[in-house]
Amino acid sequence: MTARDEMAREIRRHERTEATRRTLRRIGVFVVFLVILALAYTGYKAFGQSLDDAQTDWPMIGRVLPRTDDLTMPPVSDIISEFTQPPQRNSDKPLAAFIAEAALFTMREAVLGFAFGVIFGLGIAVVLLRSKWIEQGVTPYLVASQTVPLVAIAPIVIIWGSTSLDWLPFEWTNWMSVSLIAAYLTFFPVAMNGIRGLRSADPAAMELMRSYAATRRQTLVKLQLPASVPYLFAAFKIAATAAIVGAIVGEISGGVRGGLGRLILDFASRYTTGPSRLYATVIGAALLGLIAIGLVTAAEYLVLSKRKEEPLAL
Amino acid sequence: MQWGNKKGLTRWLIMLAVFAMVATACSSDDDASGELTPVKLQLQWFTQAQFAGYFAAVDQGFYEDVGLDVTILEGGVDIVPATVLDSGAADFAISWVPRGLVPREEGLNITNIAQVFQRSATLQVSFVDSGINGVGDLAGRTVGNWGFGNEFELLAGLRSVGLDPDTDVSLVQQQFDMLALVSGDIDAAQAMIYNEYAQVLETVNPDTGELYQPSDLSIIDWNDVGTAMLQDAIWADADKLEDDAAYRETAVKFVEASLRGWAFCRDDFDKCADIVLAAGPTLGDSHQRWMLNEINNLIWPSPQGAGTMDAALWNQTVTIATSEGILKSAPTDGAFVSDIASEALANLTADGVDVIGNGWSPKTIELKAGGE
Repeated sequence: MTARDEMAREIRRHERTEATRRTLRRIGVFVVFLVILALAYTGYKAFGQSLDDAQTDWPMIGRVLPRTDDLTMPPVSDIISEFTQPPQRNSDKPLAAFIAEAALFTMREAVLGFAFGVIFGLGIAVVLLRSKWIEQGVTPYLVASQTVPLVAIAPIVIIWGSTSLDWLPFEWTNWMSVSLIAAYLTFFPVAMNGIRGLRSADPAAMELMRSYAATRRQTLVKLQLPASVPYLFAAFKIAATAAIVGAIVGEISGGVRGGLGRLILDFASRYTTGPSRLYATVIGAALLGLIAIGLVTAAEYLVLSKRKEEPLAL
Repeated sequence: MQWGNKKGLTRWLIMLAVFAMVATACSSDDDASGELTPVKLQLQWFTQAQFAGYFAAVDQGFYEDVGLDVTILEGGVDIVPATVLDSGAADFAISWVPRGLVPREEGLNITNIAQVFQRSATLQVSFVDSGINGVGDLAGRTVGNWGFGNEFELLAGLRSVGLDPDTDVSLVQQQFDMLALVSGDIDAAQAMIYNEYAQVLETVNPDTGELYQPSDLSIIDWNDVGTAMLQDAIWADADKLEDDAAYRETAVKFVEASLRGWAFCRDDFDKCADIVLAAGPTLGDSHQRWMLNEINNLIWPSPQGAGTMDAALWNQTVTIATSEGILKSAPTDGAFVSDIASEALANLTADGVDVIGNGWSPKTIELKAGGE
């Protein structure tokens, strides 16, 4: 073992502890901001209520700004304690358990939707790479596809899934249709960033590949795909949250039970009788989005740090 | 070139494969239905006591007893039961009558085979102190409604007392909760007697610190005004009824076992409420009991037997639907059929099931805060 190897290992170890420290700091900052947010919420609420108590009518509140009564803005303590309360009187299962189960269900739809979207999006990017002409022809349709409201396609996809896919070797269930709806949102950023990333390969390197008489496929696999990775990860972060949004909206609109979408709709339709239940569930959904982003960031770190260790030979 | 080699690509493929595996791992559906006929029922909304009879029929094995393996498909915000039925994704559907007739006029060949609810459950609710005691008092008020086809009883009701819905009242789109009424944004809110009306009674009145009481509220009931429209009915595919003898036989069995489920929910109220609560574990206990009680009121008594069409109410529904422009013209023949329900009723009566329910009397349900 040479001194150089020793040093390289030392540097790597240092980088790793640095990364851990950075992650911890991020979480710390996140928590601090959460507390600040809760304080701001409580402060605004107290301000509004003091106006109410003093019988002063400050015209902004209740007209432009949200009302501050407990129905519109349940106290933070209520929202927190709601997590531990069972939503049904004759069972002890706390709301947090329901939210966690629903989040897992939605996550499963989102993960599959993300995977579909990534495969489809990358496929499109590779096809578009073939010629500027195809790219210019197809891109407007891709953009237009994203303006079709999800609620319009959701029922179609659900019905199609339950009537037309019986030839599959496994049973196609409704949550898989929701994954397709999620994929509809995820493929777009992947395709768009994918094409940019694939084009980002160093022109000199492209020249070199050409001089080696590399086939299109070799150039794609050995040069363009690796070059697109940073772009792709940027897209994956957008796609990860889009997949979760798509899954939740798909559940709501397609009537699929078991996930966060159903839970949100369920509590929203009886909002007056328990506003903090809805708040708690929405917080759960937001946490799921953060977890999704966190997973993509972790994957990015693993892939890109590996890349640093293996410098490109070029 | 170290990174973009096969290993790199393999790593990607493995990551994708792991994703796919995680995503599919938890899906293990194996149903050995044996010789039962599989049947899918599409609901108009989610699991709640509104559909108690069907859940009870599954739980109590009434469907199994007649050879059916029934799967209940819940509704969604954008799911139209009639469309699902027509597409073949469901064998039967629960839908309000107008919401079945409109797609039928547009070309879906579906038919009402059992009119389960004999009355309308839609109310217009206001606080007593707003002085709205009848439809006429809505003049000049801000009146909430859900839109999307839920507003026609209200519109016809306004016209019946000579009010013009466009100019004499201020109609506003209302959320599916009762916040707008409780906050005072609207003077009268649309509410189902079995759901949103109860939600108000589960809400704490900030003035008293207690729950709102029925005495705090004033209701307009469209059944009394005479503009009620028929609601939950069982719909079937008319083409298949015509061509497929087995489907028709299934339809008779399905209606029979469903009505048996409804009779069960009338006679064994508590057990039925528990079945609904088990099927929808985030639902409030007292709220669902309230709902089940009111739903029973909508079905029982059924003077001509549960599931039988009340010709007068059918005509009233059609008249309002055409005069309000929901339907272009009165539905063609076959919009409802009575032979299936009467066969089912004959079987039930032979079995000693009370299909009229004269003995039903509403229970007193105590609502808890938050419907818990």
